[in-house]
Amino acid sequence: MSDLGHVLILAGGLSPEREVSLRSGARLRDALREAGVDADTADADAGLIPALTADPPSAVFPAIHGASGEDGSIQEVLTLLGVPYVGAPPDACRFAFDKPAAKAIARAAGLVTPRSVTLPKETFHDLGAGAVLDRIVATFGLPLFVKPARGGSALGATLVGAAEDLPGAMISCFAYGDTALIEECVLGTEIAVGVIDLGNGPEPLPAVEIRPLAGGYDYAARYTPGQTEFHVPARLTPAESKAAAEAAVAAHLALGLRDVSRTDLIVAAGEPQFLEVNVAPGMTETSTLPMALDAAGRGLGIVCRDLLSQAAARGT
Amino acid sequence: MPIEPARAGRDDDKPRTSRPERHAALSHGSLVDAHVGRYSARAKDMAASEIRALFAVAARPEIVSLAGGMPYVTALPLDAVGDMAGQLVAQRGAAALQYGSAQGDPALREGICEVMALEGIRAHPDEVVVTVGSQQALDLITRIFVDPGDVVLAEAPSYVGALGTFASYQAQVVHVPMDDDGLVPDALGESLARLQAQSRRVKFLYTVPSFHNPAGVTLSEPRRAEVLGICQRAGVLVIEDNPYGLLGFDGEPLRALRADDAHGVVYLGSFSKTIAAGLRVGWALAPAGIRDKLVLAAEASVLCSSSLTQLMVGEYLASQPWREQIKVFRELYRERRDAMLDTLGAVMPQGCRWTRPGGGFYVWLQLPPGLNSKSMLPRAISSRVAYVPGTGFYADGGGTEHLRLSYCFPEPGRIREGICRLAEVIGAETEIRATFGPSRAAAGGAGPADLTGPAGGPPAS
Repeated sequence: MSDLGHVLILAGGLSPEREVSLRSGARLRDALREAGVDADTADADAGLIPALTADPPSAVFPAIHGASGEDGSIQEVLTLLGVPYVGAPPDACRFAFDKPAAKAIARAAGLVTPRSVTLPKETFHDLGAGAVLDRIVATFGLPLFVKPARGGSALGATLVGAAEDLPGAMISCFAYGDTALIEECVLGTEIAVGVIDLGNGPEPLPAVEIRPLAGGYDYAARYTPGQTEFHVPARLTPAESKAAAEAAVAAHLALGLRDVSRTDLIVAAGEPQFLEVNVAPGMTETSTLPMALDAAGRGLGIVCRDLLSQAAARGT
Repeated sequence: MPIEPARAGRDDDKPRTSRPERHAALSHGSLVDAHVGRYSARAKDMAASEIRALFAVAARPEIVSLAGGMPYVTALPLDAVGDMAGQLVAQRGAAALQYGSAQGDPALREGICEVMALEGIRAHPDEVVVTVGSQQALDLITRIFVDPGDVVLAEAPSYVGALGTFASYQAQVVHVPMDDDGLVPDALGESLARLQAQSRRVKFLYTVPSFHNPAGVTLSEPRRAEVLGICQRAGVLVIEDNPYGLLGFDGEPLRALRADDAHGVVYLGSFSKTIAAGLRVGWALAPAGIRDKLVLAAEASVLCSSSLTQLMVGEYLASQPWREQIKVFRELYRERRDAMLDTLGAVMPQGCRWTRPGGGFYVWLQLPPGLNSKSMLPRAISSRVAYVPGTGFYADGGGTEHLRLSYCFPEPGRIREGICRLAEVIGAETEIRATFGPSRAAAGGAGPADLTGPAGGPPAS
């Protein structure tokens, strides 16, 4: 057994990514146990605070995806309770989880990001959806990505190829949240670049290339083995690989992230463009961070054990 | 300092499970699942889905789930059932923990005939095949009758579990319209004539005549005779799936279709709703030829159903007041049905219509025109209420404007709370729809039931 003591992985939550989070949490727990860590999972429900208070773990690994796990809420609670945790502090999570805010920060740090507009549902209601959508199409052209401003796993996200499909995509998007990000579609190589920081500064992991076999990288393509082909390392030129790694580290630093993150990029015309960043990356069988660690010859359990040890030593 | 990918050799002589080999495989593209090219055609649509992801949230206690059809098993006298199970193992463990016959325990089959007698069925235990829930009976029936491309007729909407089974055998489902009196006989006749003209092979009609899942409606008595007559004339077998038949809230149980046609109807029954779903005991009642094939198919599928749970059900029927317990369930579900219908009437927005079930578990609700129950579900989950979108109950993409509400599991207070939340969700979705498209919201309340699915009920106030 490691001398880390008892650690807790938070998994579940009430966002639509609950199922994914439960799978991430179980896989992480098993990997940590294999690495000799006394690890258990816990849900973020009414039993959590009494449990953390009665028997505080050495550290917590938040593996809750979507709201509450990635928007800084659970990190605020852990800070209030004085429980050390892996990952970014609450303010950084808030900005990272909000795609438009993260894009703005990334852009300010010198990264390229696809053009986009962010609009709440009230704007469409007050100004007339038709006029607003017409202007968006005229400006960015088609196809367009419509995504909830906050959320993950491509839930509520649609790639729109025809203007008449745009209203339907907006309705689907607003079922997941009140603000939409409408982004130009940049064609290129889709990659995810993990970043870990074990005390020597943020280090990029090998880029994972994502190639859905049919259609886009939607929920089914993400979580059905066999529907997406992954290449690790991504099939990029050395210059592109270097630029992608630098972009992921730059995003990690600019957003004030800590310990671990995953940046999603699209490489077009040799240049990586920032799409979004995740502070609680997926850890399922089809998730890219564990693939990247594996390709780097790093064990998931060992790396996460070290991140937990680092968090425990750091305190809150 | 970037972390480099591990440099791996690609010597094919190395063990395939070694770490370097896995790296090499990934660098040349990995589908994660090494068996992708081996799956059958019928497995190609088995994929992760957003809807399943949302249902994972719906199972949490924070959500009022009007989605699942879970019987309220805690209304059973659990202590008595536990004592009975303990004695069964202690006294008859050698049989209860052993393999049994593929047709099922003979004493249980006698008990099943007693249960079916309540719906007017006169049957011999030899005609009964015990199955792992009636779902397995459905699977076996489809297995022995359906070749890929054969037509199965089913109500519109139809039970989602049946549609899944039909899809797995690559059947072509043709839906037949219903209204508030159940399957529409004229529409059934027209469908059969059309299919015959097209030289398409219709293998059977699948129907849930009493307290339909998901529609909540019941095939009226006059129509029962009509449906049987049409199928007899066309030479089409009827599969009568009747899990809710004893859970009517008014009067005596309706006479089953099988009671009036022993040769043209296969009856599927279940103890999941009248005793406990976790026992997984159901049955098929079939004419001798079909029975023989079902027994062989069951043997190939599971060798035999669980002896333990079969003997438990047999003992329960022999020693427990099961008829009284069904009355307890009926009263409990009636109270919950009333809570749902009363609240629907009080809070649902203009343009919604719904059925008024006389038994069973479900209300079928039609949204105001233009709303889509599937795309509305994330909003509902965020508002802490869950339902099943109507599309799951159609094999042809229908059901977008419908949803199924189940009142069997939540207590009445939670049902009221859930319906109030749902009303707000529908209101918000209507606003969004109005923003992004021409509002096709109905100006009035409930209209007459249409033939795209039952949707009668009181005007929404």
